[in-house]
Amino acid sequence: MARSLYKTRNMSKPSEPVTEPDYLKAYRIMLTSRIVEEKLANLYRAGMIKGGVFLGRGQEALSVSVGIHLHRGDIFAPLIRDQAGRLAFGDTVLDTLRTYLGSQLGSMRGRDGNIHRGRPREGYYAMISHLGAMIPAVAGGLLAKRLAGEQGFVGATCIGDGGTSTGAFHEGLNAAAVDGLPLVVVVANNQYAYSTPNSRQYACADLVDKAAGYGVAGHKADGTNLLDCLQTLRKAVSAARVGGGPQLVVANLLRLVGHGEHDDFSYLDKKLKQSPVGSDCLLLAEQHIIAQGWKNIGELAEWKRETEDEVNATADRVRREPTPDPEEDDWEALSRAEYREQHTAP
Amino acid sequence: MITYLEAIRLAQQKALATDPRVFLYGQDIGTFGGAFKATKNLSKEFPGRVIDAPISEDAIVGMAIGAAIEGARPIVEMQFADFSTCALNQIVNHAATLYYRTGVPCPIVVRLPSGGTSGGGPFHSQSMEAVYAHWPGLVVVTPATVEDAYSMLLEAVTIDDPVVFCEHKFLYYHLKADSLPETSLPIGKARIARQGRDATVVTHGAMLHESLAAARELAEDGFELEIVDLRSVKPLDTDTVLASVARTGRLLCVSEEWPWGGVTSEVIARVSSEGFGLLDVAPMRVNAKDTPVPYHPDLWSVHRPTASTIAAAARRLLQI
Repeated sequence: MARSLYKTRNMSKPSEPVTEPDYLKAYRIMLTSRIVEEKLANLYRAGMIKGGVFLGRGQEALSVSVGIHLHRGDIFAPLIRDQAGRLAFGDTVLDTLRTYLGSQLGSMRGRDGNIHRGRPREGYYAMISHLGAMIPAVAGGLLAKRLAGEQGFVGATCIGDGGTSTGAFHEGLNAAAVDGLPLVVVVANNQYAYSTPNSRQYACADLVDKAAGYGVAGHKADGTNLLDCLQTLRKAVSAARVGGGPQLVVANLLRLVGHGEHDDFSYLDKKLKQSPVGSDCLLLAEQHIIAQGWKNIGELAEWKRETEDEVNATADRVRREPTPDPEEDDWEALSRAEYREQHTAP
Repeated sequence: MITYLEAIRLAQQKALATDPRVFLYGQDIGTFGGAFKATKNLSKEFPGRVIDAPISEDAIVGMAIGAAIEGARPIVEMQFADFSTCALNQIVNHAATLYYRTGVPCPIVVRLPSGGTSGGGPFHSQSMEAVYAHWPGLVVVTPATVEDAYSMLLEAVTIDDPVVFCEHKFLYYHLKADSLPETSLPIGKARIARQGRDATVVTHGAMLHESLAAARELAEDGFELEIVDLRSVKPLDTDTVLASVARTGRLLCVSEEWPWGGVTSEVIARVSSEGFGLLDVAPMRVNAKDTPVPYHPDLWSVHRPTASTIAAAARRLLQI
């Protein structure tokens, strides 16, 4: 029976080890993500952002490790704090800034903003705000690919500790498990859902324990450690890719900023911040690179300057771009003109 | 003779046979053939394309959305329209917003076995069309005949946008036709189901047949009702409604839904604002009573509009 095959097939084939170039590539994307987000925070404080700003500071190592292991033909549905994973999957600094600054030239054309962006035709799904909703959507995309006879593809989506409490998380992961779909669900356990601590979010000992309940493989990672994240995601993604069915990855880390830039983060438990889970994954990655002798401090500083220059130049460009014109929007929610309402009030 | 239910099964069979992108997903629809047998034998005829789902309405529609993004044409079955509330989030926040937000259409069909039957009770009887019509980004259809059940379902599969297909359970078994149509009115066009000079009745779904029965009753007294079958409630064919009211001067709207914010409210709002001068008297409407749908047949048969309550309303409208 196909179902039992997915659950019992031996997935012991070791994945390729993470090399120096892999690590450095991931680090540069993390760095870009951090610098873009710092720019977004500055622009927010300057009142130039349309709507809110939601940052992934502290979650870059986990997020980049998801996006970097996906290829063309795969599906990725990132969530709020996945700027690094988005860049790794092929999103750009340009489109990030366009969406936040409300440029008409952005992928969402001003119709949606900030983290609600994507290019679904390219396998890059645009999240809706309702947590858990992207899990069945990715599962369905994978089902369609299977029905169309495609092979070797995976889909991944990210969520937080809070999102694991939704019905959509349960329904989506269970349905994907029933069909043995190549889905990787990555949980960034960042200790808070907005202000709600884990003690008010779930009562199980560890979120990864949920994997057994769904009959899927579970993986744990140290979300502050880039090498561990890369190794864990490489293993999980390759297991899904070769027929191992859904994979649940849970990484512990701390969101190092408020829920959004409007949030003063006053609820942060200082002991958490001082504990290992409160470490900054980007700083730890820099220390690792220097300790390994792969780059020196000067070279890393040069990377940072280059990236800041690129981000600043891109932001200056985007600020001169046209904003959406209400006169130009067709104000139509259906693609097919013959099925649109003809008599709606103006 | 082909029943309304069989027409839905045959439309799905034809869609599967003619379009390799089509697949069916829903609870008990595989070997079992569905709670109402609307997919009977289809899993055998189309192996791997008629897929049983867990009891997860939200995930069922969510998966259909992802599949549609990847180029498939999923038809999903809610076992009863009432349970589609568990999928409301995916339908109205994901499927309905996808095209406007991303420019990528979402061609899914969500089948809703709708409306009341004797003994159905509060959770197996609801009419959800006005709920879904409220959100932009959805096409909402309500076939009232065997022919429309067949042709509108086939058309729905070709539409690049999400379609909520409200098929009426009361019509499943007793509504029959000799053959299936080769051509039909497109979705979005209403149909004059009966011509009449004295008043316009605008209705849809199972209430078409109650309204036609009411019209026969009034004809015995020498009054002729014109019956407009909306066919789709969104888009709503306001032109056909206004043209009929222009001929009769009187409007009665009939729907099995609850009254607040329903199809009758929308039709009356449109006629009043766009065709006020066409009306000789104030428009009227007949809806279900504003309570949950009762279980006992004696209560249920009074809860919903019937030929006799529609005829009584028409007499008041005609001041006879």
